[in-house]
Amino acid sequence: MRMKLAAAVAIALTATPMAATADGEVNIYSYRQAYLLEPLLNAFTDETGIKTNVVFAKQGLAERLEREGRNSPADVVMTVDISRINELVEKNLVAEVDSDTVNKNIPENLRHPDGKWFALTTRGRLIFTSKDRVEEGEISTYEDLTDAKWKGRICTRSGKHPYNVALVSSMIAHHGEEKAQEWLQGVKDNLARKPQGGDRDQIRAIAEGVCDLALGNSYYYGNMLMDENQRPTAEQVNLVFPNANDRGTHVNISGISLTQSAPNKDNAIKLIEFLSSPSAQRIYAEANSEYPANPEVKPTGMVAEWGEMNPDTLSLQEIANNRNSAVRLIDRVDYDG
Amino acid sequence: MTEVVSSANPGLSQPLLAKRTSKRWMISALITTAIVALPVFSVLYLALFPDENIWPHLMETTLPRYLTTTIKLMIGVGILTLIIGLSTAWAVTMCEFPGRKFFEWALLLPFAVPAYVIAYVYTSLLDYAGPVQKALREWFGWQSAADYWFPEIRSLEGAVLMIGLVLYPYVYLLGRAAFMEQSPSLFAVSRSLGHSAISTFFRVVLPIARPAIAVGLSLVLMETLNDFGTVDFFAVQTLTLGLFDTWMNLGNLGGAAQIATTMLMFVVILVTLERYSRRRQQQFAARDNRDPIHRFTMSFPRQMICLAVCAVPLVFGFIIPGATLGYYAWEYFDESWNPNFIRNTFNSLFLSGTAALTTLLIGVTLAYSRRLHNTRGMQVLMRLSSLGYAMPGAVLAVGVIIPLAGFDNWFDGLMRDYFGFSTGLLLSGTAFALVFAYTVRFLAVSAGSVESALQKITPSMDMASRSLGHTPGKTLVKVHLPMLRGTLVTAALVVFVDCMKELPATLILRPFNYETLATYVYQFASDEQLYHSALPSLIIVLAGIIPIILMSRSISNSRTMT
Repeated sequence: MRMKLAAAVAIALTATPMAATADGEVNIYSYRQAYLLEPLLNAFTDETGIKTNVVFAKQGLAERLEREGRNSPADVVMTVDISRINELVEKNLVAEVDSDTVNKNIPENLRHPDGKWFALTTRGRLIFTSKDRVEEGEISTYEDLTDAKWKGRICTRSGKHPYNVALVSSMIAHHGEEKAQEWLQGVKDNLARKPQGGDRDQIRAIAEGVCDLALGNSYYYGNMLMDENQRPTAEQVNLVFPNANDRGTHVNISGISLTQSAPNKDNAIKLIEFLSSPSAQRIYAEANSEYPANPEVKPTGMVAEWGEMNPDTLSLQEIANNRNSAVRLIDRVDYDG
Repeated sequence: MTEVVSSANPGLSQPLLAKRTSKRWMISALITTAIVALPVFSVLYLALFPDENIWPHLMETTLPRYLTTTIKLMIGVGILTLIIGLSTAWAVTMCEFPGRKFFEWALLLPFAVPAYVIAYVYTSLLDYAGPVQKALREWFGWQSAADYWFPEIRSLEGAVLMIGLVLYPYVYLLGRAAFMEQSPSLFAVSRSLGHSAISTFFRVVLPIARPAIAVGLSLVLMETLNDFGTVDFFAVQTLTLGLFDTWMNLGNLGGAAQIATTMLMFVVILVTLERYSRRRQQQFAARDNRDPIHRFTMSFPRQMICLAVCAVPLVFGFIIPGATLGYYAWEYFDESWNPNFIRNTFNSLFLSGTAALTTLLIGVTLAYSRRLHNTRGMQVLMRLSSLGYAMPGAVLAVGVIIPLAGFDNWFDGLMRDYFGFSTGLLLSGTAFALVFAYTVRFLAVSAGSVESALQKITPSMDMASRSLGHTPGKTLVKVHLPMLRGTLVTAALVVFVDCMKELPATLILRPFNYETLATYVYQFASDEQLYHSALPSLIIVLAGIIPIILMSRSISNSRTMT
């Protein structure tokens, strides 16, 4: 009996899907949720006949890739947040891609100079304001958040969330560390409550009257509007593109890289080319209300109605370089405390 | 008082040993421990190579808060789980009241609810826009959040409640098993010597049950220490948040491993202290299955109190979250139904079942080897093999990748050099890696409970069996395992349900396109879309219920009840 059981287990273990290396496939390590990628990957398979395989996790995939070394089955890594992408470059886990198609699709400031990563979408870090309690034009920059009139009126998620860390990094890049720290202290002094929850929760908090201003990524708002049950909440807020009239709104990216060890390199490059193409970029914009990285594809529908976004031209690399300073600065201010 | 229940250690090992056979047990225990401890040692190894020294910065800024919050959270959850777990275990074991049989297994149900799910559910119920506050506003005519005070669910207290509600079953299960194994005559003796029922509970029953309760409580505390989902969502600043911050935001895996190591030491000290404090106690219960438990017959009001004590944790830990999930699942059914559910459910059941059997097998091997060979070395081995539980899942996952991928690449290199072909990755990224990770993580559960139950079997049993010519192995199968049946089933159940809920290690280690119920739930929950994951969450809970009912029956049947 015990032997039979052991045999059954052994068979079942070896029968589970092994890492695919056969032709006609591409293997993806993704820091983005698989269901968000699904429509894109399906379109890719429809067009090319290449099957896609995904592992999604929020952490640890870079370590897995690193340890698997030359035998890693992963062909591409899909990431959000420039700092995380930069980590792959620094650990020398990703390879250069030189594809005319991709270089034409993705503007220079949204890709690595040697093609070690490419942005696929951008997302603005916006200020949401209460329709009832904040007048239009009352706030227009990140710097305004420290104004004393907002005391007890601002909500944000944890300062340590990558999106907030990147915003602080950009403040360091523009104003220097000392000024950035003053700024963050100022924001903290105006908080209505301890940082908590996700970006959607901050929009909810405005609808509830807990606060009047909140920081959040654009697509969370878009996705709330698309959800019947959440729409009434989202409709209570206006959105502001901060610093639209000076340096531009802080943006972060989601991106893709080819791995050093990619066993299906040609397919991987095809995937990168496809994802940067207008048809795929349109899916990104429509399904997840993000801003396409390909300038040929204009935001559609709802996202277009929000008005034009003027993105900060600060190089993404510089934001990544400031990450550690930003994290320490956030600790010093004790933003979450 | 302790003299009643304990005696000096009679030195089980020496007279029993036929040297050769016991050596075999020891060697197998050694090898098993070495393999199981690999991931933990990998993390310790990482801790030697931080990118930079994180401690000065941490100490200057957030460390004091991380530490105090962690300790407060652990104390809070510890007290809450002890109160709920012991009171309910005592009630269903010793008191007769309406619904007792139902509560026997139903009290385990909250265990099937992952902490991060219950946290999401209560937040959606209790926050401003939720039905509770909405109703209050309508009754009292309040206009906005400024008009009234309402307890903040996203707080340390909230986290204690959430984690406590789903973890108390550890204490309940082990406490109940211990209460059931106690000889009723001890209780009768205490009563006849003039102690009240309550005094007997604290002076006789609890001290005897202490090893089992300590195992349950230490599992609760380790799981609390490792919780990331709930504390992250509630913004409760524990050491685990600091660890992930160091890893993900500062990109300093070595520094994160140092924090994990610190947490590990924390746990080791805690467990050692507990053991040290009862070092002089050696407890043997000459359990007699023919001697039935006589439950108290009680007045009606007292029966109602028992009922209430059992109903409260069930309602808050299971019925309310279950009903809420059910409601969302219904509302969002069209968006959330997915034909892959059956495959995901199978994956979860298969992985959890395999891991539960493996951990049980190894747990018995280790605990029994220690019984045969009760030396300091064996004790250290036992502790080493249990360390995986004291480490956050994601960190442990990296610890699992290191030896597995290391072996794969070494073997691949060998094959390339000598035979000219590549074997690629044989273990890394397969279901084997997942089962291995689960085993490493949850061995503490099975080894701990088997060990504590074995300790209660008097060595005279071994002596009798061995003097009749049985080998240690045969003695185990013929004597110990039948006596341990309840404990074995309990241990397997706990590991099974734990594996069903396991998330961080599964995410990192799984093969391509491989979803368990937990990973499927997570991809929505992590995107702030709990509604879409209500249905699979419900399936995790339901899939956990079936084994809970089956196994709870088997535990009850292990002892004749009257």
